[in-house]
Amino acid sequence: MTSSTRVLFPRMPRGPRHDRRYLERPRQQGLVQRAVTEAFRKLDPRLAVANPVMFVVWCGTVLCLALTLDPRLLDAQAGARERGFNALISLTLLATLLFANFAEALAEGRGKAQADALRRTQARTQARRQMPDGSIELVDSSVLRKGDVVLVQGGDVIPADGEVTAGVASVDESAITGESAPVLKEAGSDVAGSVTGGTRILSDQLTLRISADPGKGFIDRMIALVEGAERSKTPNEIALTVLLAVLTQVFLIAVVTLPPVADVLGQAPSVVTLVALLVALIPTTIGGLLSAIGIAGMDRVAQFNVIATSGRAVEACGDINTLVLDKTGTITLGNRLAEEFMPVGGHTTAELAEVALAASCFDQTPEGRSIVRLAEKFGAALPFTAEQATGIEFSARTRMSGTDTPDGIEFRKGAVDAIKGFVRSRTGTVPAELDACFEKVSRLGGTPLAVCRGNEVVGVIYLKDIIKPGIRERFDQLRRMGIRTVMLTGDNPITAGVIAREAGVDDFIAEATPEDKIAVIQQEQKLGKLVAMTGDGSNDAPALAQANVGVAMNSGTQAAKEAANMVDLDSDPTKLIDIVTIGKQLLITRGALTTFSIANDIAKYFAILPALFAGVGLEALNVMRLASPQSAILSAMVFNALIIPALVPLALKGVQFRPMSADQLLRRNLLVYGAGGVVAPFIGIKVIDLAIGALRLI
Amino acid sequence: MEPDGDVVYVIWQLRPQRQCAEAELVGTVSYARMLPWLLAAVALAAVVLMAPLLGRHLFEVFDGRPQPAWDRWLNPIEDALLRWIGDAGRSAESAAGYLAPLLISNALFALPPLGLLLLQPGWLNPQGFGGLRWDLALHTTISFLTNADQQHLIPEQSLGNLAQLGAMQFLMFVSAGTGLAVGFAVIRGLSGRQIGNFHCDLLRSLTRVLIPGSLLLALFLLVCGVPMTLAPPLEISTLDGGRQLLPRGPIALFEAIKQLGENGGGFVGANSAHPYENPTLLTNLVSTWAMLIIPAATIDAFGRFVGNRRQSNLLLALVFGLLLIGAVVAMAAEQAGNPVLSSWLSGPNLQGKEVRFGAPLTGLWSVVTTGTMTGAVNGMIDATMPPTILITLFNLFLQVVFGGQGTGVAYLLVFVLLAVFLTGLMVGRTPEFLGRKVEKAQVVWASLILLIHPVFVLIPAALTLAGGDTLAGISNPGPHGISQVVYEYASAAANNGSGLEGLGDNTPWWNLTTSLSLLGGRYLPIAALLALADGIRRKPALEPSPGTLRTDTALFTGVTAVVLVILGALTFFPVLALGPIAEALTLVA
Repeated sequence: MTSSTRVLFPRMPRGPRHDRRYLERPRQQGLVQRAVTEAFRKLDPRLAVANPVMFVVWCGTVLCLALTLDPRLLDAQAGARERGFNALISLTLLATLLFANFAEALAEGRGKAQADALRRTQARTQARRQMPDGSIELVDSSVLRKGDVVLVQGGDVIPADGEVTAGVASVDESAITGESAPVLKEAGSDVAGSVTGGTRILSDQLTLRISADPGKGFIDRMIALVEGAERSKTPNEIALTVLLAVLTQVFLIAVVTLPPVADVLGQAPSVVTLVALLVALIPTTIGGLLSAIGIAGMDRVAQFNVIATSGRAVEACGDINTLVLDKTGTITLGNRLAEEFMPVGGHTTAELAEVALAASCFDQTPEGRSIVRLAEKFGAALPFTAEQATGIEFSARTRMSGTDTPDGIEFRKGAVDAIKGFVRSRTGTVPAELDACFEKVSRLGGTPLAVCRGNEVVGVIYLKDIIKPGIRERFDQLRRMGIRTVMLTGDNPITAGVIAREAGVDDFIAEATPEDKIAVIQQEQKLGKLVAMTGDGSNDAPALAQANVGVAMNSGTQAAKEAANMVDLDSDPTKLIDIVTIGKQLLITRGALTTFSIANDIAKYFAILPALFAGVGLEALNVMRLASPQSAILSAMVFNALIIPALVPLALKGVQFRPMSADQLLRRNLLVYGAGGVVAPFIGIKVIDLAIGALRLI
Repeated sequence: MEPDGDVVYVIWQLRPQRQCAEAELVGTVSYARMLPWLLAAVALAAVVLMAPLLGRHLFEVFDGRPQPAWDRWLNPIEDALLRWIGDAGRSAESAAGYLAPLLISNALFALPPLGLLLLQPGWLNPQGFGGLRWDLALHTTISFLTNADQQHLIPEQSLGNLAQLGAMQFLMFVSAGTGLAVGFAVIRGLSGRQIGNFHCDLLRSLTRVLIPGSLLLALFLLVCGVPMTLAPPLEISTLDGGRQLLPRGPIALFEAIKQLGENGGGFVGANSAHPYENPTLLTNLVSTWAMLIIPAATIDAFGRFVGNRRQSNLLLALVFGLLLIGAVVAMAAEQAGNPVLSSWLSGPNLQGKEVRFGAPLTGLWSVVTTGTMTGAVNGMIDATMPPTILITLFNLFLQVVFGGQGTGVAYLLVFVLLAVFLTGLMVGRTPEFLGRKVEKAQVVWASLILLIHPVFVLIPAALTLAGGDTLAGISNPGPHGISQVVYEYASAAANNGSGLEGLGDNTPWWNLTTSLSLLGGRYLPIAALLALADGIRRKPALEPSPGTLRTDTALFTGVTAVVLVILGALTFFPVLALGPIAEALTLVA
């Protein structure tokens, strides 16, 4: 691959996804050890209070421990024999707390390990700062401020994020992307003009203008994010926390008001059994796993080599209604290739090949180079010496490019309309077949490029667009999830229509300008929809900021990366679809475990209530035929504790998401987590009760 | 005997239930056993058939649609009244803008009745009753103001006609109107409309729904024999030569708004068990129907507001299903009678029941009256079987088996919202209800509503029981006593008003604590409901897509039912277990 292609597509991921290299994976062994220590450290009440549900458990544990030490603390009549039972309940409560802490620590651990790896790249370096008078001084990288100008040479670590102001050099960015192939950086280019602190320059020299103050750079942000230092709860998580807290309060009232009511019947349930009832009823399962689910969701996004600026953004992905996608690079393979020459107006193919070559000899884009290759296949040669000619760059306004020869011949190629206008302005005529060729190519889903020599249209080049394999299936999946896809392309409406149909997108905007992008987003948002988009150029920045979820390519400009709320280190636009799935998975996991947790309460009631009030004739409610009141309460508590670690893998991996309609998803998940949540504890508690009986614990 | 005060009434007497034992022996289906079920079916079918008709009317009234010719003449009168109180009739900008006039007007409505009860002037007071004790007057005013009509007094022995009309009947109309107004403000908010103007809503609910409805129903009751007179009590000499005072009064209209407005406060202490309030099987049937028709029509109107009748029909089916389950359980339990006595007494337990209606129809009435928050009784709920008490308590805890006037549908929608939130996450999207996202603010308000009931039921009940027998005044030991106390507070907090009587509840402790539960159970949820609806109104509406969780499916309706029962049951299962469940199990054992 030539270097110029790498400049334009410096981070095109190669090969199937599973072959790509990711960030250094932390080792599982260390993670578990760290999580165990963290689980104990999180028992600190100052940390525990952050989770209202688990804090109630924490308080209950302390109370039960106190009653284990002195069973007569609150009730003078209590027998010392209750100490053993109190101790067992205290232990299960403690285990419940530790399991919940462990789940959270395990989820955090992966991010922490990743952050450590990133931090290693941040070792302080010396930087050569250029003073305003042009002199160079050696300074520590930590004193560099935004706007400083530094020089870096082959072998240096780039001291901070910056924009290249001069020079061309290859840079190894594997520290952040895991991709070992060097990337070419040069001044003045949109996509290759920014460098990231912590990466290493391999050869040559660059002059940089620093664009981030210390601690505010890209890597710093990444560290903060993967580490969860800036982890704020997502809107959904907050809403769920509120509901769980209120349910906890409701159960607290239900349990606290029980003793005077029971007293009427001459029943006096002990404090420990009441604590057990309360802990069994409050939604500890989801309460203990809630934060782990959120952290794990972020981590899953990170495993896809995407850095999300907030959990909110990941969650918003699940809610996306509309995806705005660029055609090139997302729906079609990045490079359109010249496929065929179609001469018009009595010209021959050889003639057209020569003119096409002449018009493309300065064109360094992959398309331009493919035209040159095709022309050379037809044996065409330049009718002038390249050194003396001037290249005319493509611009969005003229929508054509070409070459002016020293003898005043203008070779142009470009959009058919543009060329027509050009020819007419040179008092030429447009042959009638041109439109037919235009249509023919467009209907094939290709891009027609008209070619002219002076005021004479010579023919049309058929640029073939290749739709990415498998993209249609992905759009079908999205449609089943209720997500609309809109394709944006600079192509003419016919071509765009053909590609849109083939790729299976729902809507397309042809001949789109960057302004159209933001207009489409605003229009969708006005209908109350959440819009996601990908972008890389600096002119995408406003649209990325406008979109509810903006994914910037790591190969993109600094402006785009800052405006976006996610950065894809692999620069693979189709990844947005994966992120949407992760966002949905996150929400489903939360909902499923909440449903499971609440459904569990039914069985727990049937275990604990008859045990609590054995003397009032509630024996008939003991449907599980548990051995004894104490064994019943202990079994329910042990089940309550064990269900947390049992569900940790599910919380960390997320409930499997299958693209299907909401009704189907609801039916399936209700069956698994709703009905399952009702039935599982009946079985679990009974089994534990049998085990307790067999072990003669009570 | 004064011939002019003589009111003729007919009692359609059901054949004594005792005869059915013989019929059973020969194995034929007894007519007497079937009749109550048939009558119940007729009453409920009439609700189902007429709900859409009234629903359409409610929709037209509260959505400001053009009115039919026959009540267009009300427009200038309403406008003049609004102008008179200085209201321009514009919609409130916020929940507070709706709540403020509601609270102010309710406070103003309460003052004259309170004064009337405290003083009781001699005018229209043939028996010359004096003023009530302050705590009783306060409790009675508050309980009628909050649409509960809990009565810790015997009205015919303490209230003159002026107090009955000027205090009780007046509050019955305005409290039902307030409830309807809130219900439709919430419906408007949920359907994305402006929240509305409270004065306007209150006025219209009175002029277009409650007053005409009550007049029609009163006329019917009058024909069926319910008295409507300002004459003093009838003095009659009994067969054994004694003298008896038969109090009477303007009962027909009182009775009409009592049933239609889901108020439930009786003109006489025996409430609808008294032949003056509910003379015949026919009036019993129509009264049962009257409790259900407005809340059922409100749900139907909700469907019209959101342009999705399927949604409202499913919700109607949901509450109807819950009502039916309750009705079948209660009617069967009453028909079966007391298992302890069954060895030597076949047939129902007739204690505390009217022979005119029979035990099963008392069961039906008890379920309907607690479900709809009416609180009127045609028998003693206290004397019903434990399964019936379980159902009535459960109804009071849920508050949505049609629920209170206007507020019932609002509670139902809150539960739908919670069901959406709990299970909606499982489809992988921020939950949406009617195209609008359910987010933190909505969950906060909905949760607050969940919290109110336990706070105002369980805490005072526990305090009362902890205070011992003197405080509680329970007449039965054991589980039934627990039921009595919990029921009283649940009835207050749910604004129902019925009670497991036998409770010595006319004490300052009971009057003041239940007043607190009445107020807390009325105005806090109203504030939360309005805030919830106003928050939803401000959100953009989304078009449904295949990824949207549809709430108008049988599946989701089932989910809502389960969420409803689980959330309701989980909170109150311990007291239910210690109260009616323990009682029932003791009886069976």
